[in-house]
Order: sequence, then C-alpha cells, then structure tokens
Amino acid sequence: MTGKDAALHLGVLAVLLAAFFVLPEYHSGSLARIMVLAVYAMGYNLAFGYTGLLSLGHALFFAAGMYGLALSMQIGGWPALPAFLLALGAALAVAGAVGVLALRTRGVGFMIVTLMFAQAGYLTVLYFGAWTRGDEGFALPQEVRNLFGLDVTTPAGRYFAALALFAVVLLALGALVRAPFGRTLIAIRENEARAAMLGYDVQRLKWIAFVVSGVVSGAAGAAYALLFGYAGATFAGVQYSIFPLLYVLLGGAGTTLGPFVGAVFMFYLIDLSSGITTAYMLVAGLALVLLTLFLPQGILGTLRRRALPWLP
Amino acid sequence: MAAVILSTRGLTKTYAGVQANTDIDFDLPEGEIRAIIGPNGAGKSTFVGMLCGRIPATRGSVTFAGRDISALPAHRRIALGIAYTFQITSVFAGLSVHENVALAARRRLSSSAETEAKVAEVLERVGLADRAGQIAGDLSYGHQRILEIGMGLAQAPRLFILDEPTQGLAETEIAEFKDLIRSLTGTTILLIEHNMGVVMETADRITVLNFGQVLAEGTPDEIRANPEVQAAYLGTAHA
Repeated sequence: MTGKDAALHLGVLAVLLAAFFVLPEYHSGSLARIMVLAVYAMGYNLAFGYTGLLSLGHALFFAAGMYGLALSMQIGGWPALPAFLLALGAALAVAGAVGVLALRTRGVGFMIVTLMFAQAGYLTVLYFGAWTRGDEGFALPQEVRNLFGLDVTTPAGRYFAALALFAVVLLALGALVRAPFGRTLIAIRENEARAAMLGYDVQRLKWIAFVVSGVVSGAAGAAYALLFGYAGATFAGVQYSIFPLLYVLLGGAGTTLGPFVGAVFMFYLIDLSSGITTAYMLVAGLALVLLTLFLPQGILGTLRRRALPWLP
Repeated sequence: MAAVILSTRGLTKTYAGVQANTDIDFDLPEGEIRAIIGPNGAGKSTFVGMLCGRIPATRGSVTFAGRDISALPAHRRIALGIAYTFQITSVFAGLSVHENVALAARRRLSSSAETEAKVAEVLERVGLADRAGQIAGDLSYGHQRILEIGMGLAQAPRLFILDEPTQGLAETEIAEFKDLIRSLTGTTILLIEHNMGVVMETADRITVLNFGQVLAEGTPDEIRANPEVQAAYLGTAHA
C-alpha cells in the first residue's frame, strides 16, 4: 500500500471515530448501520468491482452469516464470538460451493445462476420457518449480545463494534487489492483471455475472489444480526442482493471507499427524501437514474478519472 | 542439431467436419527462430493455438521440453515457459503500460523489486519507457502491438510464439521488430508472419502450411526455390 492510500484510509477511520462524539445519536446510529452495510458492499466490490463478477445473489452469503450467527446463538445457545466464527464458516462453505458451480458460467449466465441460488436460499429460510420464523424473523435477546465484554446493545458499543469491523475489512481489502493477487483480479476483469495467456489460473483466482467476497458479506450479515439484534428472511431476499450492487455502482466500482460512499449516499437519500414526501422511492430512483447517466463510474470512480488518479 | 524443445505428432483439428489441421508432425530445435508461413486459411493460427492450449486439439500430441503437455490447460503450458502474443491485439486496455508488463512479469518473479527491474528493462528494450504511465488503450495501434511483444518478453519464455506480430506496423517499426527478434538469442521463437521481408531476414528455418498440412520445410533459400511453395502462393494448378 502506498503512503497516500494508507493516509486516506486511516484518515477516513479517524473521522468515523470522531464522528461518534460529534454527531447526534440519531445520525451515529444510522452511521453504525451504514458501516455494516458498507462492509457487505466492500465484500461485494471484490467480486464485482475488482474481478468483474456481476453476482445477483450475494444476499445468500449475507444471510448465511446472519443465520449462522443468529441460529447458533438462539438455538445452540452459543456465545457471540464462536457464533460469529461459525457464521464466517457458513458463508465460506456456501460461497465455496456456489462458486464452484456458478463460475462454470459467465456473463448473463453467471447473473442468473447466482440469482437462482440466492432465491433457493431465501426459500430455504422460509421452509425452515419453525426455526427461522420466516419473514417475521426473530430477535436476539439483549443479554447475550456482547462481544469481548463489549455490550453491543448500547449506542456506543454498537457504533464501535461496527467501526472495528469496518476498519478491519477496509484495511485488509485495501491491502489485498494493492497486492499482486488483487492486481491479477483487475487483470481478469479487464481481459480474462489475456490473463489466462499470461499463465494465470483464472478459474482458481476467480473462485478465491468469490469466496473471500462471500465471507466478507457473511461477516456483514453476522454483524448485522448481532448489532441490531434481529434476523429475518427479508435479508435473504433479492433486494438485499441488489443493494450492494447499487452502493458499489454509486460509490465507484473497483475503488476501496466507493462502497462506503455509495452506502452513505443511498441511506441518506432515502432517509431525507422520506422526510419530504411519501413518494420517497421515486426521488431515490430519480437520483439514481441521474447519477448513472452522468457519473457512470460512480462518485469516487469519476473523481479518480477526473482529478485524483491515485485514489485507491 | 540442438535438442528439440517442441514437437507435435499427428496434431489435428477438426471444426464441424472441416479439417483445419491434419496430422501435423513438427519439431522445433531449441534456440531456433522458425517462421510458419502459408496462404490465408492454411491453419497457421489454429496450429499455434493448439500448441499453447488456447484451442483444444481434436487429436495428436504436443511435447514441450521433453514433457507431454497435450492434456494441460493453457495457463499451465504458459507457466512452463511458453509465451504467446495474440494475432488480434489483446492488451489490458484499461491499465497502464507499466502494469501490463508487470502483470506479465509478476507471475514468475517473487519480489516486487525484481518485477520493477524486469518491467524497466523490457520497456527500455521495446522503446516504450517514456510511455510507461500511459493507459494502454490510449496507445497507437503500432505501440499496442509492441506492448504485446513486451509482455511476451517480460515472461522470459523458453518458447516465444508470435502470431502475426508485424501486422499493421509501420516500416520503421517493422525494422525495429526485426532487430528485436534477432537480439533475442537463446529464446526459441515461433513466428507466424505474412511479411516475407521479415520472414526471410529473421527466420533460421521456415515451415510452410497449406490446407492444414505441412507442405515444405527448410531454410529461407530452400523455401524460396521450392516449386510447390511457389505454386501454393501463386495459386497455379500444381498444388
């Protein structure tokens, strides 16, 4: 990682750290949620933004993490930390298996196959309604929700747990995409046939990228359940596969901070427009159309092209 | 004669019943510059495509450096020391010239310092050092062809396969290309080429393909004097 990248990432983390003490509680609560969603989008960005794998099924991995944690705590009575590790394992297993099959296809085929797997996952959650309580979902009791002695049901505990996860994922993925491995993923995105003819095992690299992407998405799902105390089938639904795609497209695909910028933008767009009108989805939709028309590379992608070529 | 680095036996490719290559037996001694020529549609690109694994062979075997590589996927063959440049320019258009070459060098080299040194050396050698920071897609066509050759060099291959490298190059660039090829001592080169000037001046030996079969093989002088080759090119009734 070059000095500028590290400075930018650490700067953003410092601002987020300070923000908790400055912002009113409503906004710091929103920001905690945004950071978790941004982790999900950062995971998605590794597959889509860096490797060029347009998945429409990442809700499956988000849900694998969410239910991996929530069910092992609820039914198994596990403490939060082992439940979180189990959630990562669940996302790893699901992404590994789906990756093997879905990566046999490409382009539109890949989109359809990932979408179908995620739908199958959604229906599985509904099918086991006796445990998952389906769409209605279930809440995790307050007393079990603490990690390393940190009570994540308080605003401060929740915010700093979200920030810690966000920081780890941002710095780890930031280093990964600058490393030779990440550069090779970008090469695959740019010209897969050429990458193969330079001697890279494209199929294997795509699978690894897909699995890492799925595990990070699963971590976000698990954190969401832990911090906000709820797991429901909505999170396995198709809209939760679309959200990270939107965040990444808005913020800038293939930029380290794009997913966060996109998540902030989208969250507050809906939040602010719903304060003005009940037709807030129309406002949000219009803003999205305008952004895609005039900033096709997203906010940070455009900024990188026009003014800041060093932007990670 | 030097040891044979690459050989094929009975290499055949059939596309929907049409034979693009038929039972090609081919031997390439290490260190030689070999040109493959032949009229359009003779099966030259199909042949080298089967050597490097881009095109699966219908039957036949390919042996590289004493090892049967017929069953290996393309990336494994490349990793054994074969470099291949595409007939239709195929660089990473969205990435910088430097990164294009670095990607080619990096798979083999462990440290970033080694990669940097290799990239600098290659860019200097092909004359693109002053364009290292440019986006490859913004280069002129000729420079993209040269970048493609640089990406091959950065792999330090034992066998370098070039599919029509001078297509679309200007005269001065072709002259530089000839110098570059001749300077690559120790690398075995397999060159598909239409420009007879390049072929006659660079190749040690020439293999002529026609209708997917080996028509003739020999030194440039022998090939020039071969009546069958002349017939194939001029289209007389003899062939």
